[in-house]
Amino acid sequence: MHATISAADLRLAQAPVETSVSVRDLKIAYGALTVLDSLSLDVAKGEFLVLLGPSGCGKSTLLNAVAGLMDITDGEVWISGRNVTWAEPKDRGIGMVFQSYALYPRMTVAENMSFGLRIARLSKAEIAERVDRAAKLLHLTPLLNRRPAELSGGQRQRVAIGRALVRNVDVFLFDEPLSNLDAQLRAELRIEIKKLHQSLGNTMIYVTHDQIEAMTLADRIAVMKGGVVQQLAPPQEIYNRPANRFVAGFIGSPAMTFLNGALKGRAVDLGAGVTVPLDGYAFAEPARASGPAVLGVRPEHVALLPAGAGGAVAQGRFAATGTVRMIEPTGADMTLWTEIAGQPLTIRAPADLSIRVGDAIGFALDLTRASLFDADTGARL
Amino acid sequence: MTAPSASAVVARGARPRTITAGRIGLYVFLAVSALYVLTPLYVMVVTSLKSMEEIRLGGIFALPAAPTVAPWVEAWSTACTGLTCDGIQVGFWNSVAILVPSVILSVLAGAINGYALSFWRPRGANVLFTLLLLGAFIPVQVFIYPLVRISAVLGVYGTLPNIVAIHIIFGLPITTLLFRNYYAGVPVELFKAARVDGAGFWRIFLQVMLPMSTPIVIVACILQVTGIWNDFILGLVFAGRDNLPMTVQLNNVVNTTTGERPYNVHMAATILTASVPLLVYFVSGRWFVRGIAAGAVKG
Repeated sequence: MHATISAADLRLAQAPVETSVSVRDLKIAYGALTVLDSLSLDVAKGEFLVLLGPSGCGKSTLLNAVAGLMDITDGEVWISGRNVTWAEPKDRGIGMVFQSYALYPRMTVAENMSFGLRIARLSKAEIAERVDRAAKLLHLTPLLNRRPAELSGGQRQRVAIGRALVRNVDVFLFDEPLSNLDAQLRAELRIEIKKLHQSLGNTMIYVTHDQIEAMTLADRIAVMKGGVVQQLAPPQEIYNRPANRFVAGFIGSPAMTFLNGALKGRAVDLGAGVTVPLDGYAFAEPARASGPAVLGVRPEHVALLPAGAGGAVAQGRFAATGTVRMIEPTGADMTLWTEIAGQPLTIRAPADLSIRVGDAIGFALDLTRASLFDADTGARL
Repeated sequence: MTAPSASAVVARGARPRTITAGRIGLYVFLAVSALYVLTPLYVMVVTSLKSMEEIRLGGIFALPAAPTVAPWVEAWSTACTGLTCDGIQVGFWNSVAILVPSVILSVLAGAINGYALSFWRPRGANVLFTLLLLGAFIPVQVFIYPLVRISAVLGVYGTLPNIVAIHIIFGLPITTLLFRNYYAGVPVELFKAARVDGAGFWRIFLQVMLPMSTPIVIVACILQVTGIWNDFILGLVFAGRDNLPMTVQLNNVVNTTTGERPYNVHMAATILTASVPLLVYFVSGRWFVRGIAAGAVKG
């Protein structure tokens, strides 16, 4: 399979890209505990970068370091061409939105949004104009005189976004802004943030542990674990060509199935007499020929075969049979649990099929879209 | 309630009776306890309203036959404390003069301490805080002599600023603890947001944190008002002859009498002295309990 070339890739390749935020050899340690170590990351001007990872992976720490809210042990942070490693947060040209909204409880919506501008001693007219504009953009105009306690969660977070907007800065930092909202509001506000990015064109760095937010919003996603960036790539590439087993398992729902086996030339032996040929698989160079390996197959890349189709499948696919062990309906789809070579395998199938637990089914793995990992290091082969 | 079906859970056992022997015993015990605490107060009030002739007749529980406020007036304005005979009012105003700056400054200092310890976390913050708490557990008497020497060397011994400073020092551990615990419950993101907005140490404190601290400010004020008003030993040692607080003056009124003891005046003076903390308790009982809980449970 060929690497997909996304719009973001083209942009990076063609225009002389201006770097907006640059993190260089960043190290953050509390005493003996090192959270981040020699982490480097460049964010292009106007790019929407999502930092994605489980709790404790260092993504919020990284964002706080960019914001200047955390002492840096070693390394540098550059924003808009300036070394801001030791600059105060207010002097970095950033606006920030927090998970808990962090609105000043004793101030009205308008006062919340203008607090920073009043500190900067802007003229009253200028402050009023900026607050007005942000309020219109975020549909907050009727709420300007309310206190945060009188707002819903979604409204509060829009005020927090407005407070960042009025600062007229180049870079917006979002620290899990939607995590405190219920599912429906989260989806609504996600779209608003995306629209905002499209109309403003600012650089945005967005921390989340929600893969859907990451996939839908990002130009590029940095998947993090244990303080290390595991993969930094556009969403489609993260999904199609995960750099290692952790990324593969973290992205995608239901999760990718991992089948243990041994690499034998251009095939993987899953045991129990099942050997899967990998003719259509795009091996990383240089290709390995042997050793323990893990074959990763996404549930949506396994197709059910009509009864009586036999083993005749297209090139790059591998047909097998199994028994349905469990069914999880999810509305539009259902997830089937079966087995291949004695190892559990999940299949995503349309919900309208009449399949019951215990049925024998035939299915085909799409190996052109599969992933193969080193069993020891987890790296993509 | 409708008739219980076979499957419904049915309450078993005897229906709790509203009056049992145990319950009666409990109420008797509570009534006796209340009587035990309230009787002295009752005796004080009725005695303070009697003339000395009536008191001499005995019958300390009897209601005053001819109620008079003369003992109250005397206690307030002409009772003798040592050589002067200006009544307990001198002590009252001295106490007010000590109380107002001491409460305001110790609460403010505690708020700043708690804020700095919670959000700015200076190097060694935890060590500092532990030392401050340790200070709160060492008996006051231990500090008195060193503090007298220090005050004398600084040339402020026996003045109003001296006693105010002493009250601020001894108030710091509890007020700091109260505010630190309160601010520990404030999301640190609020502090971060204010920093991104460009606010510094004082602006965050004055414009963001203090306006949302009303409940704990009230609690701290209640604790400090009652504590400082009731203080005896610090006032006696540090306030100086001209600023002796009401508690010390009360002691002088009661102990400097020659000849017959005017019990009615003493009772009135005592009630007057106790009236400030009593008023605070009655007006703010709920807040006071919350303050005790905040200081005792968290931490």
